[in-house]
Amino acid sequence: MLTPEEWQVILLSLKVAFWSVTLSLPFAIAIAWLLARTNFPGKSLFDAVVHLPLVLPPVVVGYFLLLSLGRKGPIGELLYTWFGITVVFTWMGAVIACAVMGFPLMVRAIRLSMEAIDPKLEQAARTLGAGGLARFFVVTLPLALPGVVTGMLLSFARSLGEFGATITFVSNIPGQTRTLPLAIYTLTQVPGGDEQALRLCAIAVVLSIAALLVSETLVRRASRRVLGYDAVGRH
Amino acid sequence: MTLSVDIELKLGDFTLATRFESGGANAGGAGGVTALFGESGVGKTSIVNAIAGLLRPDAGRIALDGAVLFDAAARVFVPAERRRFGYVFQEGRLFPHLSVRRNLLFARWFDKADHAPDEFAHVVELLGLEPLLERRPALLSGGEKQRVAIGRALLARPRLLLLDEPLASLDAARKEEILSYLVRLRDELSIPMIYVSHSVEEVTRLASNVVVIADGRVTAVGPVGQVLPQKAPDYNAVSQSVESQ
Repeated sequence: MLTPEEWQVILLSLKVAFWSVTLSLPFAIAIAWLLARTNFPGKSLFDAVVHLPLVLPPVVVGYFLLLSLGRKGPIGELLYTWFGITVVFTWMGAVIACAVMGFPLMVRAIRLSMEAIDPKLEQAARTLGAGGLARFFVVTLPLALPGVVTGMLLSFARSLGEFGATITFVSNIPGQTRTLPLAIYTLTQVPGGDEQALRLCAIAVVLSIAALLVSETLVRRASRRVLGYDAVGRH
Repeated sequence: MTLSVDIELKLGDFTLATRFESGGANAGGAGGVTALFGESGVGKTSIVNAIAGLLRPDAGRIALDGAVLFDAAARVFVPAERRRFGYVFQEGRLFPHLSVRRNLLFARWFDKADHAPDEFAHVVELLGLEPLLERRPALLSGGEKQRVAIGRALLARPRLLLLDEPLASLDAARKEEILSYLVRLRDELSIPMIYVSHSVEEVTRLASNVVVIADGRVTAVGPVGQVLPQKAPDYNAVSQSVESQ
């Protein structure tokens, strides 16, 4: 049903989205916690920087990434001389572009669910002997689980749809960085590519709906777990 | 056990200065219950939070049996998680994502000491928690929640048990039920308690000593029988009688 080229595009897109979600998750949780539960000088500025990819044109983000992570860029040069890694024009670069673009969405969802947790529960945990880190892992994080799942979905969807930052940072290389949106764009640029482009659009719709359904189920399950209503059936 | 509290708390635009000692020779019973008594909004909860280590006072000193927990001058502040004071809050504050059993055993995760093997069973029996163990807090009634909260605080092996209006959100029948459990705890366990309330009835039933708080300071301290007039219906009657002394 699907051609090998189409499979390549789909698998690459899923791989990039998976790694971008996985790599950004721990950082997003840490930063969401900082924003939800702490106060420090320069917090509003920090908050603004975290949200920057949401409001900047994606091309600008991609260009910044190219400047800093390119072979001659300050970070890119270190990566190359120390580890021999080049991310620019590779699928790892696409992961970084997607992770950066999806990051504010993920942080926002997790932060909102952390802010919704009654700090009095964390106080109760303190009186029972739970220090900072233990309190976070036993009370705060489990209670924020629905927000974590939502954040993962938003970032996943953003990765599947990312175009501007990716094409600017890592270009449009088949098998390396040509994800679904880039493939569709390419096909619309060649004469007679319409039919193939539409096929990929249909695939994009299917993937997005599937991701949405999976996350709906997970969020519902997580909220029930957190609130404890799963016991309804048993009593 | 002697808890000495001498602190100043700035609460909004007024300052609460508290100074009292609880326990000691006149405490009566093995542990003894000291009541913090006063009208709602007078700052009783802030005092208990300061004793628990959830709130850092602006000045003064708190010590338990000579061990300093807070000393503004010496910059000593032992955080709540290292004070081992059990705390029963007004609203239970059970962890919604954990079963009753896990709520009860919560403190064990952070307490490496050996536990008496029958400790859990004993507390469960004492508070009648057996039928609730596998349930989630969301499905408990107000009274059941408070019983679990008391059990959870007891299983943290507290040196001192703080109870902040634990009956406030309950109806009359549940109040009576929990009160009788508390009387049982007082008589069967040797854990000293600080009991915050604005109800003369609760204080008379439970406490041996009382600290009366009004106008941002302690207005009377002593055995319940001497400080609280017999059959005073509520706080206002007590406050008039304290002023006339």
